[in-house]
Amino acid sequence: MTHLDSELTMLKADIIDMWRLVLNQMEKGRDALTNFDRDLAEEVVENEKRVNSYELKIDKDCENIFALFQPVATDLRLVLAALKIGNNLERIGDIAASVADFVLDADTDFNKDILEHTKILEMYAVANEMMADTLEAFDQEDTRLARTIFKRDKILDKIDEAALDRVEESIKNYPDQVRNCLLVLSMIRKLERVGDQSKNIAEEIIFYFEAKVLKHKKKKKKEGDE
Amino acid sequence: MSNKIETIDVNLHYGDFHALKDISLGIPENSVTALIGPSGCGKSTYLRLFNRMNDLIPETRITGKVLLDGENIYKIKANKIDALRRNVGMVFQKPNPFPKSIFENVAYGLRVNGITDKSFIEGQVEKTLHQAALWDEVKDKLKKSAFELSGGQQQRLCIARALAIEPSIILMDEPASALDPISTGKIEDLIFELKAQYTIVIVTHNMQQAGRVSDYTGFFYLGSLIEFGKTRKIFTNPSKQETENYISGRFG
Ligand SMILES: Nc1ncnc2c1ncn2[C@@H]1O[C@H](COP(=O)(O)OP(=O)(O)OP(=O)(O)O)[C@@H](O)[C@H]1O
Ligand SMILES: [Mg+2]
Repeated sequence: MTHLDSELTMLKADIIDMWRLVLNQMEKGRDALTNFDRDLAEEVVENEKRVNSYELKIDKDCENIFALFQPVATDLRLVLAALKIGNNLERIGDIAASVADFVLDADTDFNKDILEHTKILEMYAVANEMMADTLEAFDQEDTRLARTIFKRDKILDKIDEAALDRVEESIKNYPDQVRNCLLVLSMIRKLERVGDQSKNIAEEIIFYFEAKVLKHKKKKKKEGDE
Repeated sequence: MSNKIETIDVNLHYGDFHALKDISLGIPENSVTALIGPSGCGKSTYLRLFNRMNDLIPETRITGKVLLDGENIYKIKANKIDALRRNVGMVFQKPNPFPKSIFENVAYGLRVNGITDKSFIEGQVEKTLHQAALWDEVKDKLKKSAFELSGGQQQRLCIARALAIEPSIILMDEPASALDPISTGKIEDLIFELKAQYTIVIVTHNMQQAGRVSDYTGFFYLGSLIEFGKTRKIFTNPSKQETENYISGRFG
């Protein structure tokens, strides 16, 4: 393994750690919402700092690799992808923390019917799955899996589009939950962005691996020909 | 852009050693082409095809075509070889100034070509010393021996000498390998300026340098041309795994 290889391996490991942390933030945010667990919501808000410091570390590592190793070709793509993925993960981290903040703004627990009717839980499920799958795609170099992200983003968009009407209906059904209904609408508006960030990440994964995969294929074919 | 130089199925043997294998390549006019590859892969040998310097090495056999402006330079009459070498300037890895004054080193090529006009020669010497980013350092000691210059200054002197006779092609074999970063930077800037008028082929072991100065890059390995293309493509997304391994330092 070259010196650069070991730097790149560490960079990848940091990205994956950050990914898990952010996914964990999303899951805890959802649990804080469904169980109206204020302590958990506090924890998510608190942990946002850790997400930010991961991003800074990744930025710094990329900067060092550029300056000291002048990466080219696949290595260059990895460092560029790492920079952008780190940035996108940080934004998802922000979203997870904002939702937790909204939970803390509520005075009573969220009525289950409202959570169902507005489809915010379905939204969480799809968003978290997208995150888990982009992570897997990155880790396993699976660009086919990365490509499945795009259509799932549309599910989030649909839920977001229908949210205003559904929240209005919920307010009519549960006039005592107006505040929570408005909070749910705000959360949905935030969560919709997770889809966009995941789409960006999927694009980075394809950008990084595709050149490499194509090249490996070519090489294999050639060896087979001989 | 048309090809200034073209090699078609070139093979070169040193005795029974097969040093260049079926090299077919077009080098576009007014551009910089970098040749890269591990030591011994044939870069210098390939470069020496263009001024027929390999002819001077005994037991060298060359087949295939080397076209310069469309003309096969291995078919020209013997008395035209001097003119060919005037048209193709060369700068070597180690600076090789003549044991003469700084001024005479640059003026030499002009005098050999029968130019006697003193003011023309003086003008040309000053102009090319400027081009080679050396003028300010030597303008007060033009009569001094070239050997009194530092290695980096000698190299720039050799570049000035090559430019003085106004060739249309400049071959550079690792021209900056013995230079400090400032002189290297000056030479790279010079190469960038010169390509408007010249076709430049440069051999370099410095990948970043190849990336900075060249428009096209050819990767040689064991006497074969593995990949040739736009430098931007080669350094961001080469098509061959061997090229990628080499430029990213994972060779062998
Ligand atoms: N005069 C010669 N006689 C016999 N073999 C030679 C001669 N010159 C070069 N060779 C051989 O031809 C091959 C190519 O040499 P060449 O000098 O072109 O390599 P290169 O790519 O320029 O290497 P480097 O980067 O070390 O300068 C080498 O294996 C070398 O040993
Ligand atoms: Mg050489």
